[in-house]
Amino acid sequence: MTLNKIFRNTLILISACLLLSACATQKTVTTDGSQMQGDVYTGTDTVKELAPGVPDRVFFATNESILTTASRETLRKQAEYLRKNSSMNIVLEGHADERGTREYNLALGERRANAAKDYLMTYGISASRISVISYGKERPVDSGSNALAWSKNRRSVTVKAN
Amino acid sequence: MAILRIIIIFFLFQVKSYSLIEVDITRGNLNPLPIAVSPLATDKDSKKKFENEVKIDDLGAEISKVVENNLMTSGLFNPLPKDSFLQEPDIAHFKPRFEDWKLIKAQALITGKVEYINEKLRVEFRMWDVLAAKEIMALAFTTVPSNWRRVGHIITDKVYERLTGEKGYFDTRIIYVAEEGPKTQRIKKLAIMDQDGFNTKYLTLGNELVLTPRFNPTNQMVTYLSYFRNLPRVYLLDIETGIQEVVGDFPGMTFAPRFSPDGKKIIMSFATGGNSDIYTMDLENRVVERITNHPSIDTSPSYSPDGKYICFNSDRSGYQQIYIMNSDGSNVKRISFGRGLYGTPVWSPRGDLIAFTKLHSGKFYIGVMRTDGKGERLLTENFYQEAPSWSPNGRVLVFYRETKTDEKGEGFSAKLWSIDLTGYNERQVPTKTDASDPSWSSLLSN
Repeated sequence: MTLNKIFRNTLILISACLLLSACATQKTVTTDGSQMQGDVYTGTDTVKELAPGVPDRVFFATNESILTTASRETLRKQAEYLRKNSSMNIVLEGHADERGTREYNLALGERRANAAKDYLMTYGISASRISVISYGKERPVDSGSNALAWSKNRRSVTVKAN
Repeated sequence: MAILRIIIIFFLFQVKSYSLIEVDITRGNLNPLPIAVSPLATDKDSKKKFENEVKIDDLGAEISKVVENNLMTSGLFNPLPKDSFLQEPDIAHFKPRFEDWKLIKAQALITGKVEYINEKLRVEFRMWDVLAAKEIMALAFTTVPSNWRRVGHIITDKVYERLTGEKGYFDTRIIYVAEEGPKTQRIKKLAIMDQDGFNTKYLTLGNELVLTPRFNPTNQMVTYLSYFRNLPRVYLLDIETGIQEVVGDFPGMTFAPRFSPDGKKIIMSFATGGNSDIYTMDLENRVVERITNHPSIDTSPSYSPDGKYICFNSDRSGYQQIYIMNSDGSNVKRISFGRGLYGTPVWSPRGDLIAFTKLHSGKFYIGVMRTDGKGERLLTENFYQEAPSWSPNGRVLVFYRETKTDEKGEGFSAKLWSIDLTGYNERQVPTKTDASDPSWSSLLSN
């Protein structure tokens, strides 16, 4: 009888632990959120500057080429800088993370770089000043095999061409 | 009851011992056939001459090692240790004492001899059914001595064909991308080697990124993606002459190339304005044809062996899935409906199956399905693997696998692996460096 009681109490204790640890997992996600929103990288670790105050890259969600609000803000700053430096040409380098097949990722990198190109063009930057290249998953910036590293690698980087 | 069972087993055994040996390759072979590969006998004079020419003191023994290794890696045969052999190679080749070979449980025996005649290597070999005590195959051929490894592969193909009833895949090569350096700055070169990892040659120097090489049907040409001058384009390379050229005049990235089964066209993707579609170019008249026209990513095209159909992957449904269509682009049908993403479809040389890479719940699988998408079978699961390529007989797949890096981002590797269509016999294919994007040639000789 007492044994049974102990057993039941242990069970309750275990389920309580499980509930708590579930909460803990959720908390970790929110901590990660300081560098990722959803799975889009929001940190600054790998970000360089095209010019003072103008970040050189934008980040994407897994399998996506949609520009986030932050990405659009970055590209708006880039467009402003490019308008002031009208003789400057740029290359948009599109990249994917390692979690996809090689050929599909080449296409995805091209799609991402073009999403950035289209947005710059809406701010009046001429297509003739922009070239696009996809590296697929061939040139990661972070060699890690984890969600944060992958988020840094899903990117389009704006590079001066001249 | 127990006695009855013994009788039945005894009866089965009896039946087996009187029938000719046969190897069933259609199911996972958990009992590989015990086979004795006697070293090929070499006479003293020939030995000296071979030693001078190819720097190997016992060429016959070396050739038999090539055969043994091939048979072993096929997973269908169990080559018996040579120190258990009781008969001398030259006498065994003349007339085997079958009781001796039965004693070590060999079911088949391979014997042979090599000679140096008129600056050529002459090889003779025989296969014997040990239990039936009779010769079941005899062949002889002549070649240049430097070709000695190929001799081993050709013998294996003959043995495999005689015992399984299907063509072999040993006298073949694999073209792949040799990799070196840190993951963020990988150096990649085109490399070619014999199917067993020997005779590696590099076809590019590593100055530019190269990806996805594929043979033409006669194995003389290769099509691949090169970042030469930072312009990713599909190239064509003549392996013998080393001459290479860009395929077509596209104003943007071309990638994912493959030859048509008649070798006359290259099929590939062309990406522009954020959209990738499938095109072909006729190598003779340079005519370019657009095959798909869809705002999604259409890539990784592969022809059916009769050239009538094309399989490819597309994200037109929202996610990467496998489709087939007629070779003119009409009648597009989605065939993959399982959970997860599907990519890199490759039509089997037999025409009945499509091999693919699948990504589901953070794992990568190599699998096969029928051409209508039914009968999906996953052969192997791992952290990362992709790009299956068929052996010419459609029985084995070669693919590449990458390892997870540690917390410091180190410990990355990429290796080639092979697995039987049955899902058994998974093995690493030896390469001198890290390797990816393998493509299997057709049989070099028939």
